[in-house]
Amino acid sequence: MDIALSKQERAFAERMRTFFSTEIPAEIRDRLGRGGHTTREDIVTSQRIMNEHGLAVPHWPVEWGGQDWTPVQRHLWSEEMLLAHVPPPLAFNSAMVGPVIATFGSEDLKARFLPKTANLDIWWCQGFSEPNAGSDLASLKTTAVREGDDYIVNGQKTWTTLAQWADWIFCLVRTDPEAKKQRGISFLLIDMSTPGVTVRPIRLIDGGFEVNEVFFEDVRVPADQLVGEENSGWDYAKFLLGNERTGVAAVGQTKARVLRIKRLAAQTNSGGRPLLDDPLFRARLTKLEVELTALEMSVLRVLNTEAKIGPGKPDPVSSVLKLKGSELQQEATELLVDVLGPSGLAYRESADVPDGFAALPEGALDALPTYFNWRKASIYSGSSEVQRTIIAKAILKL
Amino acid sequence: MELDLTDEQRMLGDAVNSLLDKRYDANARLKLLESDDGWSRELWKQYAELGLLGLTFDEQYGGAGMGVGELAVVMEAFGRALVLEPFLATVVLGGQLVAAAGTPEQKAALLPGVASGETLLAFAAVEPGSRWSLTDIATTASPAGDGWELTGEKIAVVGGDSAEHLLVTARTPDDVVGLFLVSGADVARDTYRMQDGLGAADVVLSSAPAQALGSPADALDHIESVLDVATAVLCAESVGAMDRMLWLTVDYLKTRVQFGQPIAVFQALQHRASDMFVSLEQARSMALLARLALADDDVAERRRSVAAAKIQIDVSARHISQEAIQLHGGIGMTMEYPVGHYAKRTALIAKTFADTDALVEAVGADGGLIAER
Repeated sequence: MDIALSKQERAFAERMRTFFSTEIPAEIRDRLGRGGHTTREDIVTSQRIMNEHGLAVPHWPVEWGGQDWTPVQRHLWSEEMLLAHVPPPLAFNSAMVGPVIATFGSEDLKARFLPKTANLDIWWCQGFSEPNAGSDLASLKTTAVREGDDYIVNGQKTWTTLAQWADWIFCLVRTDPEAKKQRGISFLLIDMSTPGVTVRPIRLIDGGFEVNEVFFEDVRVPADQLVGEENSGWDYAKFLLGNERTGVAAVGQTKARVLRIKRLAAQTNSGGRPLLDDPLFRARLTKLEVELTALEMSVLRVLNTEAKIGPGKPDPVSSVLKLKGSELQQEATELLVDVLGPSGLAYRESADVPDGFAALPEGALDALPTYFNWRKASIYSGSSEVQRTIIAKAILKL
Repeated sequence: MELDLTDEQRMLGDAVNSLLDKRYDANARLKLLESDDGWSRELWKQYAELGLLGLTFDEQYGGAGMGVGELAVVMEAFGRALVLEPFLATVVLGGQLVAAAGTPEQKAALLPGVASGETLLAFAAVEPGSRWSLTDIATTASPAGDGWELTGEKIAVVGGDSAEHLLVTARTPDDVVGLFLVSGADVARDTYRMQDGLGAADVVLSSAPAQALGSPADALDHIESVLDVATAVLCAESVGAMDRMLWLTVDYLKTRVQFGQPIAVFQALQHRASDMFVSLEQARSMALLARLALADDDVAERRRSVAAAKIQIDVSARHISQEAIQLHGGIGMTMEYPVGHYAKRTALIAKTFADTDALVEAVGADGGLIAER
């Protein structure tokens, strides 16, 4: 892929590689590289080190800690981070609420929230989805009614990722029940410790807890925590979603996964030879590598266009990246399951085994849970069916 | 890094597309298919006047001195129009083989004629029973007087029906695979049209007089390099064809009315068309990678990228062509309607120089595309 990069871009990638592999603790990177769980502490540690070096929020305005980088440089930053198994900055902070506050928030809100958001002194979660507002997000029902200097919030959010670790939540709430559905929505920042906020974890099929239900019962929110204009929240949400055109392809994550699969398949015996040399396994792997390389080129093409026309409106080509990217992420998780074979079938919380038993091979704990967990990729952020409809309408004009 | 076409490349593409828009609509093409040659010598002259037939040759040999990127631009346009003229055989393969492997005298003797449209060439490498192998060949070359004599059989020689000169691979007594120039008059030819309408031939050589193109010992390297270029520009041709198949299908969905409404309103069809678009984007990206990779000095890296591109092209083309026919319904099955012709061309591209399985095996055995750094 280097062939598609200029000399300067390659040097930049090299600089990022050096940074990530020397500044972020090896203990974290090694553990995550072997499929270990990411802890809250891992993310905080990693993001604070990056922030110290001005690398946590490069896509923010320069005055708030951003870097004056090209779209390709931002891509390489992310790519090198993922390949080095560094936990990325928390997306809710760096990619979502941060840019919204920086673009639409008052000066007060910026000063109050942006530095802490960049440094992960505040852990944000995203309050968008509701039980009856998934793909049809604009049908959300959580209300915020103005009462003096406050809003009174009532309703329920769901699929709220890592709400159990969050300090604050940015919510889409209905402020005008009379308006057409997209028009009556506002973007509100809520402290999770406010009375009336309750978090209930949802256990997923992999056995883990990463999403939650969040309930709001007469939650009093100071009106100065409204971002931008009342009833303009839908525009901000669209900005937030359109801000991330190429990250949705998850090329870096899938590449890192493929590398791990190759490493483990080379160590796995299959009928007297390494599994990596099995022609059928290798053919499936190679086809995945080809599709992934194609997707990476598609990402570079989109970045190339973005560099020329500047950022702005959502690009419907992002739907192609999301659709194909989630498919490839899922395929990779499937290949890891195949590498583990019978060693990956047990449900285990830890790699400890009693004395006299063989140590578990790498991947035994995470292969199947990861496979089941990543079924989510074609559902969240606009399901594959939604993406196909966007492509049909916005690109093919069907 | 610049991923877009240069202004010059864009202008070249516009010029070719504009000629083909005027001269290569579906009916005109069907008429050409029914003609004796199966292609147009008059258009061939126009390609020569546009400088397309000597695009990559040095100016001293009547060429335009351009790069392989320009060749890809032309081939994408040819793919869109489904051009029948023997451009792949004569210019991409024949011309480039002479330019790469030939002595200065051979270049001077052959390339100006190719560039002006007077000389047609074809590359004869494939033999019965050995798939696409360049080295598993039974054709022999024996020294004879100042030159050589070739004996053996070649099949699926694209453009072999009309070429005046054949560039034939054969094994020498030193056990190297060389490349030899043979006059079309000195071989027996079984000429035919391939499934996509392009002319071709099977060829029997019985002590056919030949001259070595350059030195036989260097031939294989030159052939492999030219096949990298040819594969990369085939990717471009296929993308042109896929693009047309997609948009023909989209237009058809909007105009075909059933149950009182255009069938484009049905989500089952919309989603299939969207998947075709995704396949096309994947293919376009890899055709771009192949084009960029041709500039790579690392031969192994270049070959791996081009092979990977061809895999994606084949996978995408198979998907897009099958869906294009399906979404058209019955009309897509007819010889009269263009979509099936695109499907046929892309199916043959997938069986040119190698097939998908062979490429997957080659890339996989070589360690794949994604490696630790």
